[in-house]
Amino acid sequence: MLLPQTDRRHIGDRVFGIVLPVLGCALLAVALIIFFACAKLALPAIEKLGVLRLLTGSDWNPVEESFGALPFIYGTLVTSLVGIVLALPISVGLALFLTEMAPRQVRVVVAMLVQILAGIPSVVYGLWGLMVLVPLLRSTVEPALGRWLGFLPLFRGPPIGLGYLAAGIILAIMILPTIASVTVEVLRTMPQALREGALALGATPWEAIRLVVLPYARRGIFGAAILGLGRALGETMAVTMVIGNQPEIHASLFSPGYTLPSVIANEFAEATGAVHTGALAALALALFLVSLTLSGAARVLIRSRRLR
Amino acid sequence: MRKLIALSFLIAGSALAAPLLINGAGATFPFPLYSKWFGEYQKTHKDAQFNYQSIGSGGGIKQITARTVDFGASDAPMSDAEIAAAPGIMHIPTVLGAVAVVYNGLPAGLKLSPEALADLFLGKITKWNDARIAMLNPGMKLPDVAVTIAHRSDGSGTTAVFTDYLGKVSSEWKSKVGVGKAVKWPVGLGGKGNEGVTGLCKSTPGALGYVELAYASQNKLTMASLRNADGEFVAPSIASTSAAAAGVTLPADFRVSITNAKGKASYPISAFTYILLYKDQADAAKGRALTQFLWWATHEGQVVAGPLDYAPLPAAVVSKVETALRTIMVQGRSALAAN
Amino acid sequence: MKMRVHSAVRRVVNWGMTGLCLTAVLMALMPLGSILWLVVSKGARSLSISFLTELPAAVGESGGGVGNAIVGTLYLVVLAGLLGLPLGVGAGVYLAERGAGRLGSAVRFTAEVLGSVPSIVVGVVAYGLVVATMHRFSALAGGLALGILMVPTLARATEEMVRLVPHTLREASLALGVPAWRTTLSIVLRTAWGGILNVALLGIARAAGETAPLLFTSLNNQYWNFRPDQPTASLTVQIFNYAISPYEDWQRKAWGSALVLLLLVGLLSLLAHFTRRRSAI
Repeated sequence: MLLPQTDRRHIGDRVFGIVLPVLGCALLAVALIIFFACAKLALPAIEKLGVLRLLTGSDWNPVEESFGALPFIYGTLVTSLVGIVLALPISVGLALFLTEMAPRQVRVVVAMLVQILAGIPSVVYGLWGLMVLVPLLRSTVEPALGRWLGFLPLFRGPPIGLGYLAAGIILAIMILPTIASVTVEVLRTMPQALREGALALGATPWEAIRLVVLPYARRGIFGAAILGLGRALGETMAVTMVIGNQPEIHASLFSPGYTLPSVIANEFAEATGAVHTGALAALALALFLVSLTLSGAARVLIRSRRLR
Repeated sequence: MRKLIALSFLIAGSALAAPLLINGAGATFPFPLYSKWFGEYQKTHKDAQFNYQSIGSGGGIKQITARTVDFGASDAPMSDAEIAAAPGIMHIPTVLGAVAVVYNGLPAGLKLSPEALADLFLGKITKWNDARIAMLNPGMKLPDVAVTIAHRSDGSGTTAVFTDYLGKVSSEWKSKVGVGKAVKWPVGLGGKGNEGVTGLCKSTPGALGYVELAYASQNKLTMASLRNADGEFVAPSIASTSAAAAGVTLPADFRVSITNAKGKASYPISAFTYILLYKDQADAAKGRALTQFLWWATHEGQVVAGPLDYAPLPAAVVSKVETALRTIMVQGRSALAAN
Repeated sequence: MKMRVHSAVRRVVNWGMTGLCLTAVLMALMPLGSILWLVVSKGARSLSISFLTELPAAVGESGGGVGNAIVGTLYLVVLAGLLGLPLGVGAGVYLAERGAGRLGSAVRFTAEVLGSVPSIVVGVVAYGLVVATMHRFSALAGGLALGILMVPTLARATEEMVRLVPHTLREASLALGVPAWRTTLSIVLRTAWGGILNVALLGIARAAGETAPLLFTSLNNQYWNFRPDQPTASLTVQIFNYAISPYEDWQRKAWGSALVLLLLVGLLSLLAHFTRRRSAI
């Protein structure tokens, strides 16, 4: 009676010992499938044009099957940078407020609101951007910026509303919850004693933040920013709706542009010919690899802080 | 959760007895009309549903070539290379449309010459009060506002028709930009579909774009008159579109360009729009339903075209379409006779 | 004297910086307020029974609704759940129970970085895997894309939920002679069940709001669809199409659909919150 039972236990444990790692490996397989599915679609374009030409060419011309992604890479970088530049100070301020200043009740409410901000679907941000932000930029913000800062090439040209600036602002709003919540996490891991030590030595709360908290959290905040950057690079719908869809490189933030995800969204379903489809899939592949790298780097930065 | 799954399977089961679903995708140019047609047709033919997604003509051609849809739609006839990739494909013209040049922020009645239009879209005219526009519009108060070009961001038959016209009237356009469903635009904003470009033109002061007539008139956009091949300024309308098609003889496969047509009353940017399908229909039920619908659309359906700003097919074209429809086969028999 | 001025300056700087942080909070919450207010106020105007239950009307005709898109979104997330939940939860359990070794670290790291893969990339993958091979746009392709997107986050969150189960519970079970696999299934997972359900519901809520991976997988459909091998409408794609259109009626419907979508996502999140609170851990 005892023997079969131990047998059964062994079999059960053995099955379990196989099934669980298989499920774990399936997750690794998902990553490989993403890579190979994109690579397979991208192959015709890579064979015809070569990786270098695909990434550094600035001519995107489906008629002549000439595909260079530079305008999209540029647009993606510019909009993401605008997003980070706007979002980072606000998120850090928000995170400091939540961890260092706010009373408990306020903290709970604000944290909940930020959660809601993170949960709003991208297409709703796009709708709001198109109906509210773009008209506002066109009628008020861009003319004002042009008047006061028009000496910079960044703020020149006719105020159209749609363009790099609109996309950057939308991205800032969308990545703000990510950066803020990671920063809050980083700040929370800081030992309370350090903070209290500074206060006990007569530092004002702000001095405690500037001299103790921020230096401690610097790498973590940097990691949070990179995580936000990764999110901004891949954001599709909201950007597609306000970027203006023009594959050109412009210095002015008022100009319409294009980003990697938006060109895939707009052209993938209708690309005729394996080369056009392949070029778009190659962009998807590049996006995949870049986002993996950024996100990996961010994790390492955030975690190294925690271990120290 | 479990209940929801059970419910969805229940509904899925009952849906097997639902009407035949025929999927199509392509041109946004005739979408207002097609959407009306499918709605009307469904009222009298409850056994077939037509799901049409207006993803652009480029998409229509790609998807019918990949056979991911049952029919495609395009305003630009397929090129020889595209046909080679989709052997057995047929073009059935359904209706005629005009590509209207629309603008925002200027008084109605703007007149443009082919040269001025090409210069505007090449980015050589950047302000509305440019002398080249003022010359054509004596007495019109032109504002000192930047021209914002709006064009399509997707592969589009409307773009193909428009650039086909510009290529005919401007050698500079032909060499610098070229002709096609998606071209490298020198300037401007990109909008997705006729819907997107119409939206851009409607909301952006100083905008200049090109959209199908139905979109322009439904959204009350101001339209420019263009100087045609005979030197007359003509506004887009059903009559001027029909006039452009009047002098044209159609080849057997219906692939033809009628831009820059001769005739005093002809609007120069007019086009046939086509439904694309395979001559041999693999699925018998779908093949029959699709052919019957096309017969209805090119006969009874033509009545609906006028009110939606599309020009009906000339009688000579309809009789040619009848001949073509009779050649569509299901399982070795004519799709029309098999019923 | 000098001391006092110095401390006054320090105090002013402190207030100023506190004020700046407060400004940051207000700047972060302003767009949220604007978005929520507009979606609710503009969306409520087009909300009605027929809007929720009817098919979309033809272009230029008034009336009609987004009933098929609501059902389509539900259908897509159910498909996504069927494909994504077993894999995500399974991988999470693996990470928590057997994930100590090198393979475990690799899987964990992959789950972490996969969580930030742009959703449009997964759309391309689903197109290549399903649409191009089956020769049709389908709910299945859309569901697969959403399912893949759910997996990484789900795995990490499940791992955390399972880890929250006290060790004493597990040890007590093992000490009673219950085999390890049964301990995992009937003690650990049952205890963590509420937390896992919470995680799953949050994943589904997130999937319901995705648009980009559906554009060229489930496409759209102006009719009801319950077949996995046919194109399907979805609220998000419908909002996109309505939003960029020039028709005022459609733009109104975009706001209405956005309200429905937010309510749906909010409801799922609320449900998730509720399961978490009721769960044992």
